[in-house]
Amino acid sequence: MHKLTIPISDEAIRALKAGDPVLLSGTIITGRDAAHKFLVENYIKSDSIPAREAELYETLKGLLDGGVIYHCGPVVKKNDEGRWEFVAAGPTTSIREEVYQADVIEHFNLKGVIGKGGMAGRTLKACQEQPAVYLHAIGGAATLIAQSVVEVADVYKLEFGVPEAMWVIHVEDLPLIVTMDSHGNSIHDTVEAQSKEKLAALLG
Amino acid sequence: MKDYTQDFVELIRRAATDLPADMENSLHEARDREAKGSAAESAFDTLIKNVEMAREKSTPVCQDTGTPIFEVTIPVGIAMRELTGQIRQACAIATEKAYLRPNAVDPLTGKNSGDNTGEDYPTIHFYEGDEQAIKVELLLKGGGCENVSAQYKLPDSKLGAGRDLDGVRRVVLDSVYQAQGKGCAPGVLGVAIGGDRGSSYVKAKQQLLRPLADENENPELAELEDRIMDEANRLGIGPMGFGGETTVLGVKVGTQHRLPACYFVSIAYMCWANRRAQMTINLNTQEVSYA
Repeated sequence: MHKLTIPISDEAIRALKAGDPVLLSGTIITGRDAAHKFLVENYIKSDSIPAREAELYETLKGLLDGGVIYHCGPVVKKNDEGRWEFVAAGPTTSIREEVYQADVIEHFNLKGVIGKGGMAGRTLKACQEQPAVYLHAIGGAATLIAQSVVEVADVYKLEFGVPEAMWVIHVEDLPLIVTMDSHGNSIHDTVEAQSKEKLAALLG
Repeated sequence: MKDYTQDFVELIRRAATDLPADMENSLHEARDREAKGSAAESAFDTLIKNVEMAREKSTPVCQDTGTPIFEVTIPVGIAMRELTGQIRQACAIATEKAYLRPNAVDPLTGKNSGDNTGEDYPTIHFYEGDEQAIKVELLLKGGGCENVSAQYKLPDSKLGAGRDLDGVRRVVLDSVYQAQGKGCAPGVLGVAIGGDRGSSYVKAKQQLLRPLADENENPELAELEDRIMDEANRLGIGPMGFGGETTVLGVKVGTQHRLPACYFVSIAYMCWANRRAQMTINLNTQEVSYA
């Protein structure tokens, strides 16, 4: 079992192979469809960063450098002290972020992306070059995963709605599996190719 | 009419924070079929542990609590608009209690209503029944598996699928292959043959309410369900698409009359967390029971 702590070194990433189980600890940010669109449009593809988003840019740069983004739209609630808590927090389907992910990995020096269902060629290439890995959480295991979230530190862009906001969370021993490594291997590609052959046989 | 809002909240809580016993059992059976020490076995272990924990803590099994789909059967004389109001209010309360994630988003502004009510949201269908009872079936249909649901128009020359049950088999297997692990495999397939594009998907989703052990009354369709189940599992996609012995947990096929020109096959892909719950309100005794 590999233990990873954020910030993650390139050496630690290169040591990971597709299929390896991992326990991740540190501060990560959730981000899904609206967040990725926001990051790319405001910080990566824009000619100049809008003044109103400049402060957030500096904060996010600090959090994401050597860090990890989690494709997740949690169920949250405020506890009696008025602090946010994660109630259920499994991964969402990652492939929707394929158009953005490689740019986000490169721009912010991400070392990992957590989600489910895997991603495609551009992201796999970005993982090789960065280096970075795709970490698969167990889809739907939302209550169990929420136990690894020890603190909700902050939230940005709550106006996107609870599922789409960027939640800054401290995780401890979050259980994940490397399904796309920094050496060009993807379990998703392998399983798809094998199932394609089996389908062809069944359809005769 | 009496106010059943809190009963609807309880129905939602039960659907969101637990799995039906047949679904949970099927996860245990699937786990035992996987190779010892495999990623697939470990994935099933995690799913089983998660369900037990969610039930104990009364928190959502999955953070995507989906589109709430209410199938409501009422006797003559029950006011549908009033009942609709109670169901919508119950969705808002259940969101407040964190049984449901706020999931209703305005497609034009992107604004989340925050309480799981909106334009045509949640989905509510009414039927008239003979008993002096209000029967409600609730399905929470997640978005990841909704995205991999598919509709085919037969004939489909690429898949060699004609307008017959073998054609149906071919396109359903293709949909499972296309979905890979993205819909949180292993899935349950609700399949509809016939209808128009709209009615076909509704019919497909209704199949997901059938218990896994429910045998199709039509022997030809029963055989088709078994065959698709067996062949889909031979694809080797496995839980989460990690590779493994179990890719689907159930296949349920329904039919409806079609237009001469059209032959649709719709596949409502449901994730492993097939969250369905039932409530019956006996109108003679006002007793409320859940299943």
